[in-house]
Amino acid sequence: MTSVITEVPKAQGSAAPRATILRLMLGLALALTMAQLAGILPAWLHRLPQAVIPPTALFLDRVFDFVQNDLGLIYVTRFIAEGPLEFLLDTSANLLEGKRRWPNLGPIPWSATAGVAAVVGYALGGWRLAALGAGTCVWTALIGQWKMAMQTMSVLVVAAPLAFVVGLCLGIAAWKYRWFERVLKPFLSVLQTLPFFTYLLPAVIFFKVGPTAGAVATIIFAIPPMILMTTLGLKKVSHEVVEAGKMSGCTRWQMLRHVYIPAARTEILVGVNQVIMLCLAMVVLTAFIGMPGLGAKLLAMMGSFKLGRSFEIGVTIVLLAVTLDRMSKAWVVKQPQHFEKGTPWWVRHRIPLLGLAVFVGFVLLAQLFPILGSIGRKQHFSQGKEIDVVIKSFLALDGIRGVTEWLRWFLNVKVLIPFRNGMLAIPTPAFILMVVAFCYWLGGRRPAIFGAVFFSIVALSGWWDRSIITLYAVISAVALATLIGIPLGILAARSEIWSRRVLLACDTAQTFPSFIYLIPAIMLFGVNDVAVVFSVLIFATVPLTRYTVEGLRTVPPEMTEAAEMSGSTRRQKLLSVQLPLALPTMAVGFNQAIMFAFFMVIIAAFIGTQDLGQELQRTLAGTELGKNFVLGLNVSLMALTFDMAITAWAEGRKRALGLE
Amino acid sequence: MPQTPPVISAKNVWKLFGPAPEKYLAGMQPGRTFEKIRADGYIAGVKDVSIEVARGEMLVIMGLSGSGKSTLVRCFSRLHDISGGQIMVDGQDIMALNERDLIELRRNKMGMVFQSFGLLPHRTVLDNVAFPLEMRGQDRHTRRDRAMEVIRLVGLEGREDYFPRELSGGQQQRVGIARSLAIEPDIWFLDEPFSALDPLIRREMQDEFLRLQAMLGKTIVFITHDFDEALRLADRIAIMKDGAVEQCDTPDRIVMNPATEYVAKFTKEIDKARVVRARGLAAPLNGTAVEGQAIDGSATIHDLARLLVNDARVALPIADDQGAITGVLNRQKALDLLLGEA
Ligand SMILES: Nc1ncnc2c1ncn2[C@@H]1O[C@H](COP(=O)(O)OP(=O)(O)OP(=O)(O)O)[C@@H](O)[C@H]1O
Ligand SMILES: [Mg+2]
Repeated sequence: MTSVITEVPKAQGSAAPRATILRLMLGLALALTMAQLAGILPAWLHRLPQAVIPPTALFLDRVFDFVQNDLGLIYVTRFIAEGPLEFLLDTSANLLEGKRRWPNLGPIPWSATAGVAAVVGYALGGWRLAALGAGTCVWTALIGQWKMAMQTMSVLVVAAPLAFVVGLCLGIAAWKYRWFERVLKPFLSVLQTLPFFTYLLPAVIFFKVGPTAGAVATIIFAIPPMILMTTLGLKKVSHEVVEAGKMSGCTRWQMLRHVYIPAARTEILVGVNQVIMLCLAMVVLTAFIGMPGLGAKLLAMMGSFKLGRSFEIGVTIVLLAVTLDRMSKAWVVKQPQHFEKGTPWWVRHRIPLLGLAVFVGFVLLAQLFPILGSIGRKQHFSQGKEIDVVIKSFLALDGIRGVTEWLRWFLNVKVLIPFRNGMLAIPTPAFILMVVAFCYWLGGRRPAIFGAVFFSIVALSGWWDRSIITLYAVISAVALATLIGIPLGILAARSEIWSRRVLLACDTAQTFPSFIYLIPAIMLFGVNDVAVVFSVLIFATVPLTRYTVEGLRTVPPEMTEAAEMSGSTRRQKLLSVQLPLALPTMAVGFNQAIMFAFFMVIIAAFIGTQDLGQELQRTLAGTELGKNFVLGLNVSLMALTFDMAITAWAEGRKRALGLE
Repeated sequence: MPQTPPVISAKNVWKLFGPAPEKYLAGMQPGRTFEKIRADGYIAGVKDVSIEVARGEMLVIMGLSGSGKSTLVRCFSRLHDISGGQIMVDGQDIMALNERDLIELRRNKMGMVFQSFGLLPHRTVLDNVAFPLEMRGQDRHTRRDRAMEVIRLVGLEGREDYFPRELSGGQQQRVGIARSLAIEPDIWFLDEPFSALDPLIRREMQDEFLRLQAMLGKTIVFITHDFDEALRLADRIAIMKDGAVEQCDTPDRIVMNPATEYVAKFTKEIDKARVVRARGLAAPLNGTAVEGQAIDGSATIHDLARLLVNDARVALPIADDQGAITGVLNRQKALDLLLGEA
């Protein structure tokens, strides 16, 4: 019974023309490429001549200019930036890191923050989270990065709540009005694939350089998942609960306030978790527009190849990320508990009271012992130099060095460069044909049409070669990641314990801000293409492994049992039952890997690539909004093409397998 | 009963589930069967139902799972917008109500207990029960007092600070009952309200609702799968099948004169002697001379079993509440009913 299911019949009728169309497209692509290699292809068929490329960037500049100055949008945005937003940021900066602004109370002693973090951790998840919260703070303070960390946090504590509120409101609107959801959906898809650098420049121009721009870009980047989770949660509220609310005579507002939102608590809090994590990742990245904080320091240290300090900062960022993630996730699953009757008020409110007591206690103690207030330049325990020496001498060991150097040589000379040159040699129309054929083969007509349109736009943008180089890095990294991630996942899925361990590791790794992945890459391979591919590779391996494990673990047991009963070996079982059933889930992981790879390739630009990211980063220094936008859109369009094709395939497959 | 105007009056009510129910209904030829409608891609949740519920009456709706009981009740409370027909509640066409009036109607007149409870997961028992009062804007103190009162009534005292997920199924159901009791509505919709309760509490709750109905003249529409419960409570029983009401009548007439094959099958297993009252089986006097002690017409044949076996008379006089003789009961006929035909 079960073996039948794994064979999905192709849609009838369309099978024959489909194969023909595919063959036709690939044949044409091949012919064009051969002609190019033979040197008989006219130049205008190889690359679009400059003359036909529309001046999109210029045009966009005009549009932006019009919106910005003639419509006066800039006055509005500047007002927000210099008014309420700056006020909030200044306040948080004063409290956390002691910037000289109203209310001039800060900085809060690090020990007080650590104490409060411990109490919050305890309230959310017991002693372990308390230890994690306090431990992170103590580490950060002792290592001498407290001020930097608080610079980062001061933007985060403003950006995350704002992103939450805006996301929640838009999510409610999208749930309430179908048309709004339909309009919003494509925007969200683009927003989620647009490189972060594309957010940064408009933010800088409209919201002036500095924390405000960073905060705005961060907020906009973090909003989409909040919208999606809110809508999802509201749609899932059980209809009897809704009806109970209606029968109780709720008005619309009462329904929303007292029924829908509380009942969608779980999804909304998952959204909060995602908002916090995205905000952290993005605040770190605002280093690229010169925002101070952990990210800026990391960027500087990596730039000057100070591996020890980079490592320490990396640890701080990771600890912060893990703490924020674990705490917000603990909040998701935390359910209210009742108190027995007659519990005195100070027991009912013991957590806030304890927090307050700890806070006041440490603030007072910090007056007596300044070391509890802030740790000075000479007092911290940073071992940057020593670690630097250790890492560098470790890397210089013959064995290690031999391997990394060989790998670097091999990957570069034998794999990456030939692959890249090969991709660049393909004529533009042939390349588009190949992409379209791929989309058609995977997802059918719709993704193919979108693929054709999207890649044509990329070709017409005038940045074809750089786009191809970006794509080359993505494809190489994802291909290598597949070779590593999927076998790893298959191995892990064999046992319950290892599945859990690997899933936990992947979960944790996914909370790390993407920037972190550059550290090991640079350590091992220095500043070059291999490091870029390597960092993208580890970043992309995580979702691949994770979804492979998940896909294999969720194969219904009666199906594997049926295979066992029919006497198949482990290998047969894997190949003929488990993998085919897990494939749709694995495809989700593959898709995520590609999206992550696009994201990472752009960030990795500062290592010195020649792709779109490099150009994008260059625009950050200037005011070329149009160009910035065109570059970002190219990345987004390429990513969306793959996203659509793979998603269409996975969904079709799931439906065919009856897994939905 | 029929003197006062009905509280709920439904005329040719349809509720179709599907893409464009109103349009479909308008173009549909009359008399189309449930199966045909389903073949057209629509589910007839309620199919051409006309029914009236009088003030102070307890109407029990029965029928197999999926026969449309909950859907019909949801139409009465306008949780569903009906696809065709008309529903009048207290003389108002509820489909014509605007949002404000509908809210007012629900706040002041209607209450409902849901089949799967519909408790708000983030609120304590007390806050769940007080919820309708809170929505009406009652102050905290009054609504808490009232909520505590009904919580005590349903036997959940001491649990008022628990959250729904900390309660058993039966306890959750009682929270749902308490919530609807808190506002004492005039019109009550109870969708299998006692399904998760143990027999003891179930009986207590039944008594409570009977008391409310008798004392305060509440109108109740009650859904149940339990025939004993229906018999204990019902003034009339409506039997539904495939969205349509097959028969709506007093319990004895449903049992004695089933209108359709389906109703007959539905009631076949029931011990008729427990349902049929003496007056239901009685023949008119028509000048027959009767002798001896009269028996109470509202007693069921089952209640009269001992008397019927021991008495030697051929015909027994039947008296109404006032003691006036209203008919005669043929003893043989009654015994046949009690023991089954020989
Ligand atoms: N919202 C809805 N959308 C589509 N179909 C529905 C909806 N609600 C009910 N139905 C259908 O209407 C029919 C009647 O459902 P209803 O819930 O009224 O049954 P019921 O008699 O209450 O059954 P039960 O005794 O199991 O509660 C069922 O076939 C059901 O599938
Ligand atoms: Mg029901």
